[in-house]
Amino acid sequence: MATNILLAILVTSIATYSSRFLGVLTSERINENSKIYRWFNCLAYSTLAALISRMIIFPAGILAESDYFIRLIVIVLSILIFYVTKKNLVYPTVFSAIILFFINGYFA
Amino acid sequence: MINQKYFFKGLLSAKGMNSPAVALGASFIAIGALLKNLGFSIQESIFSTFLTYALPGSLVMAESMLIGASLVNIFLGVWLVNSRLYPMTVSLMPLLIHKSQPRWKYYLSCHFIAVSSWLIMKSNYEKIEKEYRIDFWIGIGTATWLIGIFSTVVGYVSADYLNKDMMMGLAIVNPIYFMCAMIGVMKTIQLTSAIIFGALLGPAFYFISPEWCILYGGVVAGTIAFFIGEKNGN
Repeated sequence: MATNILLAILVTSIATYSSRFLGVLTSERINENSKIYRWFNCLAYSTLAALISRMIIFPAGILAESDYFIRLIVIVLSILIFYVTKKNLVYPTVFSAIILFFINGYFA
Repeated sequence: MINQKYFFKGLLSAKGMNSPAVALGASFIAIGALLKNLGFSIQESIFSTFLTYALPGSLVMAESMLIGASLVNIFLGVWLVNSRLYPMTVSLMPLLIHKSQPRWKYYLSCHFIAVSSWLIMKSNYEKIEKEYRIDFWIGIGTATWLIGIFSTVVGYVSADYLNKDMMMGLAIVNPIYFMCAMIGVMKTIQLTSAIIFGALLGPAFYFISPEWCILYGGVVAGTIAFFIGEKNGN
């Protein structure tokens, strides 16, 4: 391993905490009923949505080895389960892993 | 110092029918196994989740180390993927700030901001009096953070027993949980358009820049959604 593990951990945590810290600093001047707050709220949800859809469409790591079509089936089924179970979050999550595990084992 | 009633209320909100524990657990098990395969010791793996506690960041770190990237590159990669924590913090903390509470609580507890804890707080804050929201938040954060650390250990220990298909199953859990949670919060025009545009523009910008796509896509989508919402009364 070329990089020192401990240093990598520290660098990662500093890069992560800095955004949180700056967020609190900014928050001290922002009123929850202001327009700027609503803008930040939109940014938070849209960046999250961007991150999640990137994780699914252009996955990194092991997920990249699964087929596009298989991932699409898992997504559609999970959304279906989500609605059938009256918007429960646990069922689709658990089933998504099981569905992917079986479809992948079957076709791969 | 910390109101115990609200702290425990927050702590316990990590269980229940809509619990993020399953998704959180699965993804940190995957991280634990990944770090073991990278050559981390168990202490280093625990330390990593303890200090970072943001999944995409840890993933970027692991992948960068795999290809032997420099510390500067790790910093930039992690910063880019975790910069979403900035708008997330700004859209959460103003709801929790109360003049009777000391400032250190906010600067310390912002470490707990991650998607799962953030989503729980966003959907529950209205039920808690403003003065005690920060204690409730510290409870949520402590619970989700401990689940993350515990699962990292489980993943590390069980790494040798996890095959490729199982790792793949663990990896899909987190994005699916967040996807469903996002669909669940689409209640106003503003939020619905923020989420839909974000989900479309994030991957679209990937073709321009894989590193910057989340940031670009998020800012453009969020700004469009903001104006759509303001025009239509939120």
